[in-house]
Amino acid sequence: MSLDRSQVETVAKLARLKVEDQELDNYVNSLNSILDLADQLQAVDTEGVEPLANPLDATARLRPDTVTETNQREKLQKNAPQAEAGLFLVPKVID
Amino acid sequence: MQWETVIGLEVHVQLSTNTKIFSGSSTAFGAEPNTQANAVDLGLPGVLPVFNEGALKKAVAFGLAIDADIGKRSFFERKNYFYPDLPKGYQTTQLEAPIVGPGHVDILLDDGETKRVRIHHAHLEEDAGKSLHEDFHGMSGIDLNRAGTPLIEIVTEPDMRSSAEAVAFAKKLHTIVTAIGICDGDMSQGSMRFDVNVSIRPKGSDTLGTRTETKNLNSFRFMEEAIKLEVERQIDVLEDGGEIIQETRLYNGDTKTARSMRSKEEANDYRYFPCPDLLPVVIDDDYINSIRSTLPELPDAKIERFIDSYGLTQYDASVLSATAAMADYFEQTTKICGDAKLAANWCMGELSKFLNQQEIDIADCPISPNDLGQLLARIKDDTISGKIAKTVFQAMTNGEGSADEIIDAKGLKQVTDTGAIEAMVDEVIAANQGQFEELKSGKDKLIGFFVGQVMKASKGQANPGQVNKILKQKMQD
Repeated sequence: MSLDRSQVETVAKLARLKVEDQELDNYVNSLNSILDLADQLQAVDTEGVEPLANPLDATARLRPDTVTETNQREKLQKNAPQAEAGLFLVPKVID
Repeated sequence: MQWETVIGLEVHVQLSTNTKIFSGSSTAFGAEPNTQANAVDLGLPGVLPVFNEGALKKAVAFGLAIDADIGKRSFFERKNYFYPDLPKGYQTTQLEAPIVGPGHVDILLDDGETKRVRIHHAHLEEDAGKSLHEDFHGMSGIDLNRAGTPLIEIVTEPDMRSSAEAVAFAKKLHTIVTAIGICDGDMSQGSMRFDVNVSIRPKGSDTLGTRTETKNLNSFRFMEEAIKLEVERQIDVLEDGGEIIQETRLYNGDTKTARSMRSKEEANDYRYFPCPDLLPVVIDDDYINSIRSTLPELPDAKIERFIDSYGLTQYDASVLSATAAMADYFEQTTKICGDAKLAANWCMGELSKFLNQQEIDIADCPISPNDLGQLLARIKDDTISGKIAKTVFQAMTNGEGSADEIIDAKGLKQVTDTGAIEAMVDEVIAANQGQFEELKSGKDKLIGFFVGQVMKASKGQANPGQVNKILKQKMQD
């Protein structure tokens, strides 16, 4: 499998990454070399092997359903470029 | 051409946990904006999610209630898209290995038939925050209190064939999730939201047409309206020789119109991958059985029991068991008055009418099952007629006292003294000699007139059965 320029452009757009035109070939090559490695792995016979969701040999620890957090709005909103009436403000969302 | 409608639903059910799915923030509704959104909910760098066992238990309970396979090894994935109310830039959800596998829900149709709707799967995921589009100097406001609230998304097979079937399914699902206590069922607060997938095909065809998805319907009524509107639209398009485009649509319940959501043209490329921050969730049979043992009586079992032990019709049993609160109310009332059919009629009639008029929940009803049971017991023992009972009920809702107190205070006790009733019958006959002669000569219909007159003279307190009997005797004389 390999990617062409337009696919890389699409992926960049979906990830909201700005990629300059002259950089694009570079990304196409780099990404394709990663995909080459993936192709190499694909060649391994995985018949009967369960797909791996996580490489750690461990399972989820669960948290009891008890409230542990307090209101930190004031502190958290200091990180925001803009806040008003308790709300984070963002560029207008149009559906 | 005859068209057949094909409907599948995706239902988002908010789980009634105390805390969020991956953080210890409260999920209580109605808090000041962003006061229940911590660093994890905001997706700040360096934070790690920890899965809430309360959400796991509730999801498993749902799976057991719909007779589904439970995923003993499930895991979370990231669904990637950008939207301001999704702070991490991805929604943590499940795709490959959901917690609840295939199951089914049986619904009762209008014609009395039972239909099975297959559930494809149900998965756990987090809710997003809320965007407020009121004008903040040309900007949008974001409240992240809801971000991270645990949801299960229930996905059906395309098994429903009309808006009525879809609504019957949605209501049944509401009954199930509230009965097992995994969701508060409050639609006005968004506790259940529906996405409807609708397509049509020529009747008799077994291939599916192109479907559209109408998103985020938050009431049964809107769901029904949106489906009807979309079916009409698709028929118009196809009959005009057009083609249905697969798209997401939005329904506006105020204007009763829908439109295409074209802005999300690339939205379907979500690039799912397993969430590296969360380990697989592994549970065993013992764990599942321990949850099974906490389940209350399920709605279908309750309906069966109401039919078997109270002799109710399937319809009455279904209506009364639609909410656990109503079912309990009915059973307690029956216990007091000793007549299930009478209790059923009153719970579905006067009581429901009163609750609807006052717009109050049965939990807040000022009249207890004990109060109502005592009132109905007075109908049973002929102290009052059903009609007078409605007057007493009215007075009870006004807080005028218990049924017996009101009957005494207002002198509503049914007259069963034969002598007194006979005197009233004689009076009425004397005042209507002409009609009485006609009645005697065979104009049977007039009996109703005479009974009515006597009941009126007694202010409704005469026992109608006795009035009838005495009148018939007088006709023989």
